[in-house]
Amino acid sequence: MLEIRFHGRGGQGAVVASKMLAVAFFKEGKGVQSFPTYGAERRGAPVAAFIRVDDGPVLYHHNIYTPTHVVVLDPSLMKRVDVTQGLPKGGFILINTKLHPSDFPSLKGFDVHVVDASEIAIKHGLGSKENPIVNTAVLGAFAKASGLVGLKAVLEAVKEESPIKIKKNLAAAEEAYNKVE
Amino acid sequence: MKKVLMGNFAASHGVRLSRAQVISAYPITPQTHVVEELSAMVARGELNAKFIKVESEHSALACCIAASVMGARAFTATSSHGLLLMHELLHWASGGRLPIVMVAVNRAIAPGWNIWNEQTDTLSQRDTGWIQLYCASNQEILDTVIQAFRLAETVKIPVMVIYDAFILSHTYEPVDIPDQKTVDAFLPPLKNPEVLKVGEARAFGSVTSPDFHMEFRMKLHDTYERVPEEFEKIEQAYAATVGRTYGAIEPYRCEDAELVMVVAGSLAGPTKMVVDGLRQKGIKAGRIKLKMFRPFPTKPLQEALKNAKKILVLDRNLSPGTGGIFAHELRSALKGDARPVWGFVAGIGGRDITPELIESMFFDAIGADAPVSTTIFKGVRL
Repeated sequence: MLEIRFHGRGGQGAVVASKMLAVAFFKEGKGVQSFPTYGAERRGAPVAAFIRVDDGPVLYHHNIYTPTHVVVLDPSLMKRVDVTQGLPKGGFILINTKLHPSDFPSLKGFDVHVVDASEIAIKHGLGSKENPIVNTAVLGAFAKASGLVGLKAVLEAVKEESPIKIKKNLAAAEEAYNKVE
Repeated sequence: MKKVLMGNFAASHGVRLSRAQVISAYPITPQTHVVEELSAMVARGELNAKFIKVESEHSALACCIAASVMGARAFTATSSHGLLLMHELLHWASGGRLPIVMVAVNRAIAPGWNIWNEQTDTLSQRDTGWIQLYCASNQEILDTVIQAFRLAETVKIPVMVIYDAFILSHTYEPVDIPDQKTVDAFLPPLKNPEVLKVGEARAFGSVTSPDFHMEFRMKLHDTYERVPEEFEKIEQAYAATVGRTYGAIEPYRCEDAELVMVVAGSLAGPTKMVVDGLRQKGIKAGRIKLKMFRPFPTKPLQEALKNAKKILVLDRNLSPGTGGIFAHELRSALKGDARPVWGFVAGIGGRDITPELIESMFFDAIGADAPVSTTIFKGVRL
């Protein structure tokens, strides 16, 4: 069973990203479950969202303490939140950043991936320069870097679940997919 | 059509497909998305209903009562303090034999302020005369809402469809949304002849002297005797049209189980996984998911528990001084039975219940002939 944790800031789209990714896995025939941190969310405050993915229906309902994968939507969280909490050594972590994996010495031993999703989001007019909405770009990057879910399913999920700017979100997801190794 | 839906939206789709005619709600916390989505459905023209926004939950149910008296299919949704504020009107609805359906999302009660999951809010409405059905998945929420309208309209008793806050209400899961034609075949339009009509003098809620009042209450009680049977018929009809069934209780691996745990709501899934894990270790464990709480399914429970040597109940609720409410009810249903019943209380105010915690309860029961006390709190930090 996959257990994926998203870190973001309130209003950045972490919850929507987790739902979209669940939809993408669902489209590939997986059992899925997606849920946010249970609490009072405030704009700008650190938030987390989670998904479980399995071959059959997901029956567990407890919090995720030991994720198999971590996705960080906001680079500024790296200094404020222990994003690797519970992640086993060698675990997958994808960070939205302009930096290189080797710029994060504290993440030595983890399977670190990076994408400049903010730049891609700004380029496609998603959010503002100060506050880009990076979730769809991050999902495209996740599909490529993890190899767990196909681009086609991600794009279908983005198309169905984007509240606005569907074409721009699709373009951002695809560009991120192609940019990530 | 299968979609990934949060539990609240699964409920909204159930209400839409049931063609509710009047929806009344108070939209502020502890309210959930259920009525937000319904108001959007009404605004988009997907549901031909009157949506009445009111200033309190007390008024929301009063609106539903008025609509139901006039023969309309009425719905409301609420949670914790909202449900408590409705308490007086809950009695009015059941006493008036009005087939109202309500979604009640289980949230803890203050103080301190806590919007997280706990089942004490609905369980403390035990004696209001409402049928209570607890759901374990978002699919079950959608299906149960539709079934609830038919059940309420068949026995003329209001029905509460209940599920856990956040764990289901805000969690997304795949849900099959049946098409309107299929649901229409299962749930015909409401034809309630006992309505107030313009030009025909009738009264609702007038004074009933000691000469009459007792018989009204006795008839409500007597009708409850029929509810399990009617619910089963409705489930069979639903299975025939839509294709799913749940049962008043759902026993899992109980036939040869020596230890059986009884749970309600979203704990049904995790306890199933824990039972599978224990079986792999050679421990004869089973579990029973309790869907129907009012009326209490005494006979099916006795039957499903007949081979169990030790009985465990996991309550996500608390009656202070008494303990877990499901445990209390089960002990009452098993009166005269010498088998030990472990009453565990966990998950109060949204505290997480992990599979390891559930497993530890089974091991507590394995390691003792009888529980150390009537109520055992688990997962407590002291």
